[in-house]
Amino acid sequence: MSVNVGVVLFPGTNCELDVVRAVEQLGADATLLWHGDESVGGCDAVVVPGGFAHGDYLRTGAIARFSPVMRAVSVFAADGGPVVGICNGFQVLTEAGLLPGALQKNAGLRFLCQTAELRVETSRSVLTGLAVPGSVLRVPINHFEGNYVCDPDTLRRLRDDDRVVVRYVDNPNGSLDDIAGIANEAGNVVGLMPHPERASDPLLGSDDGIVLLRSLLAAAGQPASPFGTEPAPPFGTEPSLSG
Amino acid sequence: MRYAVRIDVTHLPGVLDPAGATVERALPALGYDNVSEVSIAKTIRLALDADSEAAARTQVDEMCHQLLANPVIERYTVELTEAVAEVSS
Repeated sequence: MSVNVGVVLFPGTNCELDVVRAVEQLGADATLLWHGDESVGGCDAVVVPGGFAHGDYLRTGAIARFSPVMRAVSVFAADGGPVVGICNGFQVLTEAGLLPGALQKNAGLRFLCQTAELRVETSRSVLTGLAVPGSVLRVPINHFEGNYVCDPDTLRRLRDDDRVVVRYVDNPNGSLDDIAGIANEAGNVVGLMPHPERASDPLLGSDDGIVLLRSLLAAAGQPASPFGTEPAPPFGTEPSLSG
Repeated sequence: MRYAVRIDVTHLPGVLDPAGATVERALPALGYDNVSEVSIAKTIRLALDADSEAAARTQVDEMCHQLLANPVIERYTVELTEAVAEVSS
């Protein structure tokens, strides 16, 4: 059975169909999850896509985090389910407390819409499990509030625990420590400002995002927490309860 | 009791305020070259029914923590006054 990716849809989300198409192109199924839904509907992974959830009123992601579906996403994440927030979705995940820090306005007061070069910093996350650390990916960015910020203690933990997932090669927005994406402690929740789904076909100018989406689908196809310190046992080797 | 509440949400020091910075750069063009520390912030006004001023302040603090401000990048100040009772004629 193919992997089913839940794609969260808030009023004002506008990148959901890009994500649906990109993962379907890779052989997965996709299901749109409305913000009023109380569950993630048995999906194997959840993507919170880009856009302007709830008009970005008050702050980006501030209202969206209180949606019923976000409670379900939090439970799914706590159980080890793979969750990726892209752009506005990253902002939602920080507001929801699933990832630390915040996204402030770009240094230079410009909305940025361009291709960015990302350096993969770790393969210990649901988004980079199949990527080669050190490799450089060309992936579009499209944001005004993409300038990552956090307190010094949080930054130290992110670095020490290998939780900076991707960095900008040439920092476009003033982001702290060139951070483009981070993971939670377990590596199953990732947020990033660049849009892998927009780099999923040569026709789009780059297909470098495919390795990230494939990593997510691979993580979704495994039992919870594929990034523990021990590799997941091969299928069928779990100890039997019946002895 | 009804309280009139004014909450000012400002950037933490060190957090970029590009709107404030832009205005700060624009003012000297008008000859005001003695202006600095321009900050553009959010003001939220609301009315709150509560049993006491202390209860009202506690609730406003909770609302600020949960929604109205993001402590990672913002701080807030609260002004709270007893609203004048509405008199029906």
